Amino acid sequence: MTAPVTIRIQQTDFDVAREIAALTNDRTDIGAVVSFSGICRGSEGNDPIAALTLEHYPGMAEAEIKRHADEAMARWPLDGLTVIHRFGRIEPGENIVLVVTASKHRQAAFQAAEFLMDYLKTSAPFWKREESAGRTGWVEAREHDDTAAARWSKS
Amino acid sequence: MKVKYFAWVRERVGKAEELVEPPASVRTVGELIAWLAKRDEAYAHAFETPRVIRAAIDHAHVKPDAAIAGAREIAFFPPMTGG
Repeated sequence: MTAPVTIRIQQTDFDVAREIAALTNDRTDIGAVVSFSGICRGSEGNDPIAALTLEHYPGMAEAEIKRHADEAMARWPLDGLTVIHRFGRIEPGENIVLVVTASKHRQAAFQAAEFLMDYLKTSAPFWKREESAGRTGWVEAREHDDTAAARWSKS
Repeated sequence: MKVKYFAWVRERVGKAEELVEPPASVRTVGELIAWLAKRDEAYAHAFETPRVIRAAIDHAHVKPDAAIAGAREIAFFPPMTGG
């Protein structure tokens, strides 16, 4: 059967356990599931964060994640993957992003999940705006995220 | 062609999207940025540091030397901070 690939961009929260179950239910060929959840922190260094607001580029966000999901499916022997990214206002403790990868063995699931997260950080068109103590500002991109994504490039 | 702006580029320009008709001499994404920057102070502010501006043509990332001929939608935005 074709491995299921699910990509959702949504404002509402998601249920991690339900998303894992959706990939594995009624299957006995999957031996490993890796899930990564990105969660809104309540502080950045010593500065408290009241909330994040995520802006995204509808249409391109789905297309860009699909391109990397297809690449992950081609590079690793996956039996399914799910990527969910939220947008809108998100408070500390709330989910932001979910990547779930399923495979026969753990290495492919771990590596594909990390690959997808590294590319979500640097090439999926989302932008975080931070609210704290009465002021707001756009979160700046980090160089180490670019470095993390670059190590997956084939030389 | 339709041009879209996101995050602080959108805030500085003061709109999320618009239709533009650059002259034929504007052939690349980089040239379009330079042309937009000359429109007024708001655009000049949005595009004051061209090297940090990212661009996409029809929902795919492109470099500043990409040709804009045939593009339906071009987007400009800061480096991405999702995930």
